[in-house]
Amino acid sequence: MTKPANPPVVVSGCHPAPAGSASPPPQVTPTTAMIRTMGLVSAICGLIIVGAYQSTYDAVAANKRIATERAVFKVIPAAKSIVEYLALPAGGIEPRVGAGDTPIAPGAVKFFAAYDERGQLAGIAAEGAAKGYADTVRIMFGYSPSCQCVVGIGVVAMRETPGIGDKIITDKDFLANFKALDAKLSADLATLANEVKTVKHGTKANPWQIDAIAGATITSRAVGKAINDSAQALLPRLVPNLDKLASKS
Amino acid sequence: MNPATTKTWDEFMEGVWRQNPVFVMVLGMCPTLAVTVSAVNALSMGLATLFVLVCSCGLVSMMRKIVPKEVRIAIYIVIIATFVTVVDYAIQAISLALYDALGAFIQLIVVNCIILGRAEAHAAKNPPLPAMVNATGMGIGFVIGLFALGAVREILGAGSLFGVSLFGPDFQPWVIMVLPPGGFFVLGGWLLLFSWIERRKQRRLTEATQNA
Repeated sequence: MTKPANPPVVVSGCHPAPAGSASPPPQVTPTTAMIRTMGLVSAICGLIIVGAYQSTYDAVAANKRIATERAVFKVIPAAKSIVEYLALPAGGIEPRVGAGDTPIAPGAVKFFAAYDERGQLAGIAAEGAAKGYADTVRIMFGYSPSCQCVVGIGVVAMRETPGIGDKIITDKDFLANFKALDAKLSADLATLANEVKTVKHGTKANPWQIDAIAGATITSRAVGKAINDSAQALLPRLVPNLDKLASKS
Repeated sequence: MNPATTKTWDEFMEGVWRQNPVFVMVLGMCPTLAVTVSAVNALSMGLATLFVLVCSCGLVSMMRKIVPKEVRIAIYIVIIATFVTVVDYAIQAISLALYDALGAFIQLIVVNCIILGRAEAHAAKNPPLPAMVNATGMGIGFVIGLFALGAVREILGAGSLFGVSLFGPDFQPWVIMVLPPGGFFVLGGWLLLFSWIERRKQRRLTEATQNA
């Protein structure tokens, strides 16, 4: 935009005339020069960004894969390798093609089939998320087809209060809930027979209940809800297809 | 030291000590208070900012003759944002855990007033070398500031330093120090210490002039 060398001082209405018109008009840069410089700067910056993206792409992808593997191995200790699958909304499962940031079909649920060193199915791992005290708590849980129960949890991401909410990863009594947390399906395989639910500290009576940590009830509840929501969506699709996963293809 | 070296050293020490961005200018308080829950987080945040500061000041200084003053802020922001993006990718490549811990504060380096302030006040008026020396000084000053907060908060709030436990398993951590209020307490403590040192120096100076 070029400024007129002498702004018109004639003002109609109630707007006061701009002050400072007494000083000599500042030297004005032509529009083309501004556009040229900005174009040049943008081009240089664009090149730098593309270079950085390209040179870190492999390392970032490898890091993400290692992080996922670690999270799965933590909840299924026998696992030695993992294969990523999608549970489709229609029923059925399929291996996920293209890892990383490729979008998944709407309604599909992602899960990991974990295999031991002989290539036999060691367990299923899936992610769940629910609103905690500070932010969404994202967890990974391991599911054992043989006992139809949750056999371990790990936290993928959380911003819970240090020393209070983050006890969900250190509190031994709380983690004991997930040694064999019942997640059986109902007879028609449509939902869980019993909803996984977090109950007040000290009132756990059934194998599908989670005993909350005293003082961190909201975070404990988030863990229960995350497991329940994810299991409700995943298990009815997964269980009828378990034979397809029995050994590593 | 010859005069040129003295001047360079002066430019460098300005940011590290006399104009320390955290303790003297009290700038960039948003990352200072938010990410200093542990020494590692504080140090990496400081180093990320240092990198962005030095690179963007270098580029701004190189382009100072061709940048029209009407669009200078826009150009500075584009340059700063570029280097922030580079740092963002680099941290993702180095450690995802660190990336998650620093969260949005990496991207927010773009609006850190220390960087735009240096670009506008120093780099735009000086050749690349002095601009980068000055920026390095400021950046190191920022690293020192963040580390001073992060180390104290981790020692008091988690009983460890760089993740190594210092006081054994019986230590009951002072949890509030790693929560947001702790950031203000520790920052207040450091500011108190620095202004006390400054006062004492001034008093000594006045006494010395009176005696002379």
